[in-house]
Amino acid sequence: MDEIAPEYDVVVLGTGLTECVLSGVLSVKGKKVLHIDRNDHYGAEAASLNIEALFKKYGNYPEGTEPWKKYGRVNDWNIDLVPKLLMSNGELTNILVSTDVTRYLEFKQIAGSYVQQGNGTRATVAKVPSDASEALRSPLMGLFEKRRAKKFLEWVGAFKDEDPATHNGMNLNTCTMKEVYDKFGLEATTRDFIGHSMALYTTDDYIGTKGMAKDAVERIRLYVNSMARYGKSPYIYPLYGLGELPQGFARLSAIYGGTYMLNTNVDEVLYEGGKAVGIKATMKERGEEGEGMKFETKAGKILADPSYFPGKVQVVGHLLKAICILNHPIDKTDNSDSLQLILPQSQIGRKHDIYIAMVSWAHNVAPKGYYIAIVSTIAERDSNHHLELQPGLDRLGKIEETFMGPPIPLYEPLESGVNDNIYISKSYDATSHFETTTDDVKDIYRRAEGQELVVEGLREGQNLVAEE
Amino acid sequence: MAARPPQQGGRPGARFAQFKLVLLGESAVGKSSLVLRFVKDQFDDYRESTIGAAFLTQTIALDESTTVKFEIWDTAGQERYKSLAPMYYRNANCAVVVYDITQASSLDKAKAWVKELQRQANENIIIALAGNKLDLVTEQPDKRAVQTSDAEAYAQEAGLLFFETSAKTAENVKELFTAIAKKLPIEQASQRGMRAGTRQGVQLGGRSEAPGTQTGAGACNC
Repeated sequence: MDEIAPEYDVVVLGTGLTECVLSGVLSVKGKKVLHIDRNDHYGAEAASLNIEALFKKYGNYPEGTEPWKKYGRVNDWNIDLVPKLLMSNGELTNILVSTDVTRYLEFKQIAGSYVQQGNGTRATVAKVPSDASEALRSPLMGLFEKRRAKKFLEWVGAFKDEDPATHNGMNLNTCTMKEVYDKFGLEATTRDFIGHSMALYTTDDYIGTKGMAKDAVERIRLYVNSMARYGKSPYIYPLYGLGELPQGFARLSAIYGGTYMLNTNVDEVLYEGGKAVGIKATMKERGEEGEGMKFETKAGKILADPSYFPGKVQVVGHLLKAICILNHPIDKTDNSDSLQLILPQSQIGRKHDIYIAMVSWAHNVAPKGYYIAIVSTIAERDSNHHLELQPGLDRLGKIEETFMGPPIPLYEPLESGVNDNIYISKSYDATSHFETTTDDVKDIYRRAEGQELVVEGLREGQNLVAEE
Repeated sequence: MAARPPQQGGRPGARFAQFKLVLLGESAVGKSSLVLRFVKDQFDDYRESTIGAAFLTQTIALDESTTVKFEIWDTAGQERYKSLAPMYYRNANCAVVVYDITQASSLDKAKAWVKELQRQANENIIIALAGNKLDLVTEQPDKRAVQTSDAEAYAQEAGLLFFETSAKTAENVKELFTAIAKKLPIEQASQRGMRAGTRQGVQLGGRSEAPGTQTGAGACNC
């Protein structure tokens, strides 16, 4: 086996999406990258698993039985661990196009975007209006409210930051979203679906915060523009599951000289004067005889997901998640083969929304006739977590199989990395899309490289960074 | 199943189909050199490890009315520490597994790659075994470490196409890819292409607005 180089510009630990995008970008930029994962597969927390691996991960079956056998070919399943979708006009799509990683992947639309109004037996589910004219036909609002919502959405569409004439007399940098809603006279239920199913806020904190109005308007614009791009929903999804995304960026990195090692444990991080300068590690396949291949290498800097540095991260919340296998579409969703359904917090008596993300055989993630729905929210209590997800589970109808573990801690780094030379990513959060993931990518790049990441024109032979 | 639904040929009665081909084999057996010879008819004695190409394409005409386009994926070095992603094998229609006829151990590695292909790839994948660096043996027969008959017997038993090749002199390179093309289900893929027409998914282009959408609030230009 070839020798590992004595020194790399960057050593990256964990092959989650955040890490793989960074590896890809840094390699294209000419950095010498060594990318390591302790697992035998790509994706880390953002992997997609086959159904046997999923059963084994959750251990929710009697010993000696093989429940996955009744679900067809094991490898026909690619079940995401992270319930997220791509905004078609979002930053991840932009990065995929700018890096040509789209050449390795195929995307399909998510068929619909829905929101629940009311709770329990009185709950209704309706399509989220995608623009002003759809708002006029939406069953979510009464006649007069529809006109007000149409006016609001037309204003959002025409809003230009640099043109005060479009600001409708408000300063979005200082006012609250409540003031904006008040100005258009929108009712509480309308504010609810706009804020939660279009701006995609998971709580109501944004409404009263000064200066958040601009953020809210930008989020609604992202939703509307993503919707306008392909028509059915604002989301797209890669065939064979989200686990294809890190693999695609890893290939990009490899093509530009990045070195990849799975099945590799980091034994020790080497420090000099408080700064990380290298690693000692062992590559050993599962079941392989002997000690494996031990090596040591210097690192200009280390990038890592939180699991590699448990002492350098803090828990900022807990995500609750149930992965459910269905053999039918979800009621009241036009038989959609895929969807996002949001249960806004105020409708179900919670502080955080419940999200349902569903994909199916139509995306090559399950055998024909099967659907995979992931119900998720942020934990608000200390126990009985399954009860917190219940309003979402109730929407699914008959469930063939449920995979639900303990609450999943969400980590953030304690420090920026400038002091110890270790730049740590955040966990994948509760949002339904990858916008916060790409924010994290850009933030890590800024911390580690000391300059902004510009993804436009990231293709071969072009500079990654804007002229300064 | 074809990696991309093939496009229809230009003339009536013409058959055209596109297939994904993956390369496998130990480092430094000449995988990239074989492809470079096939695609660009070039050879470089001191070629560095693979850098910089997502995949290469090459079209060959089997006869007057039949054209096959290969989309050729290189390992990009990810085989070095056994870190090839499942994406690499996904929808591959054919594979060239390369060994070096002057290195006996490289044939063992090739056999392991064939097993991996049978585990990970489509059931109907066409696999060709290529014993490369034939030029070295032509110059110095004592350099040969793998007998032709041994490799041939293995290939026959495992149901693989078999060629000894030289990327340097071009010997048997075109023959190798032509033999693969002849075994591919062109008729099937070609007809499926005519029905399907395009890729089944959405096409991600630039970040501009979808053309022709008049959507009120959506019609902004950002």
